[in-house]
Amino acid sequence: MKQTIRTILSKHGNLPVSIETVSENADLYDAGLSSFASVQVMLALEEEFDVEFPEHLLNRKSFSSIEEIDAALSEILKDQAA
Amino acid sequence: MTAASKITAMTLTDRAKRAANVAAEFADNVDVEGRFPSEGMDALKAERLMGIMIRPDFGGEGANLTEVADICAILGQACASTAMTYAMHQIQIASLADYAIGSNWHEEFQKRICAEQLLIASATSEAGIGGNLRNSICAIEVEGDTARLTKDAIVISYGAHADATMVTSRRHPDAAHSDQVATIFLKDQYTLEQTSVWDTLGMRGTCSDGFIFKAEAPKEQILPRPFAEIAAQSMLAVSHLLWGALWYGIAADATARAQSFVKAAARKSPGQVPPGALRLAEASSLLQLVKSNVVAGLKQFAACKGDGDALNAMSFSVAMNNVKIGTSQTILTIINHCMLICGIAGYKNGTPFSLGRHLRDAHSAQLMISNDRILGNTSTMLLVNKQDTSLLG
Repeated sequence: MKQTIRTILSKHGNLPVSIETVSENADLYDAGLSSFASVQVMLALEEEFDVEFPEHLLNRKSFSSIEEIDAALSEILKDQAA
Repeated sequence: MTAASKITAMTLTDRAKRAANVAAEFADNVDVEGRFPSEGMDALKAERLMGIMIRPDFGGEGANLTEVADICAILGQACASTAMTYAMHQIQIASLADYAIGSNWHEEFQKRICAEQLLIASATSEAGIGGNLRNSICAIEVEGDTARLTKDAIVISYGAHADATMVTSRRHPDAAHSDQVATIFLKDQYTLEQTSVWDTLGMRGTCSDGFIFKAEAPKEQILPRPFAEIAAQSMLAVSHLLWGALWYGIAADATARAQSFVKAAARKSPGQVPPGALRLAEASSLLQLVKSNVVAGLKQFAACKGDGDALNAMSFSVAMNNVKIGTSQTILTIINHCMLICGIAGYKNGTPFSLGRHLRDAHSAQLMISNDRILGNTSTMLLVNKQDTSLLG
């Protein structure tokens, strides 16, 4: 899943650096992720995984690193399976 | 009892009203000359109102944002330039009070703000970036224990009159544009080379001239938290709420002037409803909308304060953006109504019903962080964030 997240980030994240240079726990906002781009990434993830981000995950923290995005997605997919 | 403790024993509202009376007296002159509202600001200092949001053990009064917003609304009714200067200063105080906890230098500095009633400016706008708070071109350079920064700041409100300035920059020369820190520089640690003059339609007393800002200071003066966090959790919300409060004040004073005009007309012809009365009722309804908008925003902020997750939520940003959009647009409609009510007496300067200054000051509201930028930002968030449809939140 993390590789898919990386692919989506490189496509929609509009980062000034290559996504391959960003570690899993690096702060994406520090790396240049704008709030507009974070929403585009979120929409792409919703489309890719056929999910909808619930209200409580719509915050800066959920998108602050690849690890956090992975955790948020895992939570949504788990809830969906339940 | 010392003189200072005698003053702080009185209510914040009473102290603000006394300062507002002084500010009101000089409001027209400040506006005409486009000069710093020194009388109003000195009165606020004399009332010990500069550091009230700072913790009591640092010499402040631990006031909350709602109390500060009330002061802004009181000042807005007297002199919008004084109110805006005070509001902008408090945005910096809120950042310092909440986002420099445990930093020895910043804690000592807060004590100084209270003891000496210091005025803090901010330099966020930059040539080549415009008003986008979350982007910097300039970078702070740390060498040993010293931090150096040069910024082409297109606007520093009351920059030449402040005792210290909070400046945003990239964290280091290789950092991304959005990887920012904020640094407090004291007046004797920087030079200001003026590059532009604030000769504007309104808010003329804020003296928001442009400067090349050059500073050198110990690196411990860099705020410990990333600026991204300070901006998202504090600065944007506090700005919208305090500005909204003072904009309400401008519209409230315009409505009061229109009401006295209608009243005078009613006295002259008893038994008849004066022509402006219906419009006044409309203005009153709109003014209540603005007030409710600001008060609801303040309540939401108070409920979220200290809770990083709640302050980071998109729904919170949407709500704060809406406070800004709603208040900045509606006050123009209100003041225009008041102008129609007062007619030539409102259009003319120097009458008890003059509204020119109000209207001109109010026009800045849509531009201070452009409404188009904010609407763009909100519209992005609404692609994923569900609109809050509850009545009570």
